[in-house]
Amino acid sequence: MSEHILSSKLYYGIWIALMVLTVVTAGVATIDLGPFNTIVALLIATSKALLVILFFMHVKYTSEKLTKMVIISSIFWLLLLLFLSLTDYGTRYAGHG
Amino acid sequence: MATAAITTEREHYLNKEYGIRSWLLTTDHKRIALLYLISITFFFFIGGFFALLIRLELLTPAGDLVQADTYNKLFTMHGMVMIFFFLIPSIPAVLGNFLVPMMIGAKDLAFPRINLLSWYLYIIAGIMMLHCMVTGGVDTGWTFYTPFSTAFTNTKVIEAGLSVFVAGFSSILTGLNFVVTIHRMRAPGMTWSRLPLFIWAHYATSIIQLLGTPVLAVTLVLVVCERVLGLGIFDPNRGGDPLLFQHLFWFYSHPAVYIMILPSMGVVAEIVPCFSRKRIFGYQAVALSSIAIAVFGFLVWAHHMFVAGISLYSAMIFSILSYLVAVPSAIKVFNWTATMYKGSVTFSTPMLYAFGFIGLFTMGGLTGLFLACLGIDVHVTDTYFVVAHFHYIMVGGAVMGYLGGMHFWWPKISGRLYPEWLGKFAALIVFLGFNLTFFPQFILGYLGMPRRYWQYPAEFQVLNVMSTAGSTILAVGYVLPMVYFLWSMRYGKIADENPWGAAGLEWKTASPPPTFNFEETPEVTWEAYNYDQIPAPAEVLIER
Ligand SMILES: [Cu+2]
Repeated sequence: MSEHILSSKLYYGIWIALMVLTVVTAGVATIDLGPFNTIVALLIATSKALLVILFFMHVKYTSEKLTKMVIISSIFWLLLLLFLSLTDYGTRYAGHG
Repeated sequence: MATAAITTEREHYLNKEYGIRSWLLTTDHKRIALLYLISITFFFFIGGFFALLIRLELLTPAGDLVQADTYNKLFTMHGMVMIFFFLIPSIPAVLGNFLVPMMIGAKDLAFPRINLLSWYLYIIAGIMMLHCMVTGGVDTGWTFYTPFSTAFTNTKVIEAGLSVFVAGFSSILTGLNFVVTIHRMRAPGMTWSRLPLFIWAHYATSIIQLLGTPVLAVTLVLVVCERVLGLGIFDPNRGGDPLLFQHLFWFYSHPAVYIMILPSMGVVAEIVPCFSRKRIFGYQAVALSSIAIAVFGFLVWAHHMFVAGISLYSAMIFSILSYLVAVPSAIKVFNWTATMYKGSVTFSTPMLYAFGFIGLFTMGGLTGLFLACLGIDVHVTDTYFVVAHFHYIMVGGAVMGYLGGMHFWWPKISGRLYPEWLGKFAALIVFLGFNLTFFPQFILGYLGMPRRYWQYPAEFQVLNVMSTAGSTILAVGYVLPMVYFLWSMRYGKIADENPWGAAGLEWKTASPPPTFNFEETPEVTWEAYNYDQIPAPAEVLIER
């Protein structure tokens, strides 16, 4: 277990970034971007998740194989959930006109 | 009783410290296992009580014992208690907790305090569920289906949902602990290919707990949000999609069946070689089929939604994938059977439960194939056929394995032997009672009796009476082991460290084990299940 001590400055920085992104999410929701509404919202959410995973969960500094394995399989499992659900959502109304 | 005096003087995990504090603040995985044992037994009898009330109502065609509303609450509470407070924790939290470190030659789990935390979370969730129960209960079914749960029912959905949410975290922590322990704490020489199959099964189970449970937790939070804040996520009137709930819910809840059954398979894989005096047939195939079940288990969830309105294309994909899960399950059944072939089989109590498991699990699994088939599923969806099918898996399979494991490792846990003839008798009662309860339900379902109704047409009565009669026999079979286990703690014969002549590191330390499991860290130089090198104990030989 390699303990990596990060400065509290960095933590506050990340926290502020997360707060700013939250405000941006709320702000963007009031503007109609057409088909980009969902895309922008998801992009912001994903970058917030990345910040949390990389810094708060120390993944950026880990050399631990087990940790990487857990993260990769979590992402893979999320893709399973999305992909197999899309077999339904992608074709549910096909043929219903 | 000179021997008794000597053995009780030896220090072990049970007599090292005394008093309530030493139990409630313990970080010893063996003591936490016993805390879990007591708590899940409590919930098992609560869930069983609801089951008996359900069966009593269904004794007669008319809805005479309880009203429809009460009946809805009865089957909901039965399902929630049995699934989230008994079956999910059962083998992992009790036997897994007790045995995983010991089987790999470790002193404890990787995170002993997180282990204790997981028990406290379980207890908090349990208290919430009990409170929910006595203040009115829930009537959504254990599945929390929307939009009924978010927009219509006025029962305690929020409290039940949050209770299951907390119980989920308890389960995640157990899985996390096992994964890290199995990766990091194996004794020298305990390579992956030498691990007992019980460990492989628990590793696979932990994968599901870690990757599936968060989805359930998020889904329940969304249900609570929709109900409390009126967000439109699942309710079509508010722009949501009720099928989205079912997708998310079953993404966890189908694999959850494997959280219940995989550990039981691990137990059977320990019992069968021991009482056949043979190395397990096809070690690698059995080990990898556990992982295959865990992974494939995540690819089949929408078979619960064939008639719910998903696209036909999607239904076909999920139907094919559902057939796929049968392959690793069949591999296991064939390998256990092949292990017994030309073995010297002893019909001891744990082995009787293993036999029961293999037979009943096979029946549950094969009827699962009926349900994976789109055409048949349309006919039997939401009938007693489904109820019978999943009880064959979850009670005939998972509970049989749990009881088999409890008997197999009871001498290790308590240091005492239970009365063998009573054990065999109870195993027989359980098997008979189980089949009498649930086999008629296959026929009822096929004839068209829907599930979750408190009354039914008179022509179904004979089969329902059989089922109710069976449930009372089953109840006797479940109470008996509890009685003689308790009796044996005081009056049972003293067990030596390896009463069955079993392979595995847990049998190389004293019964009950010392607090840190081994006097010195063992070094493993042999393959798992080396029964050709272990003589069978005389007592077991006589019983053949
Ligand atoms: Cu399923």
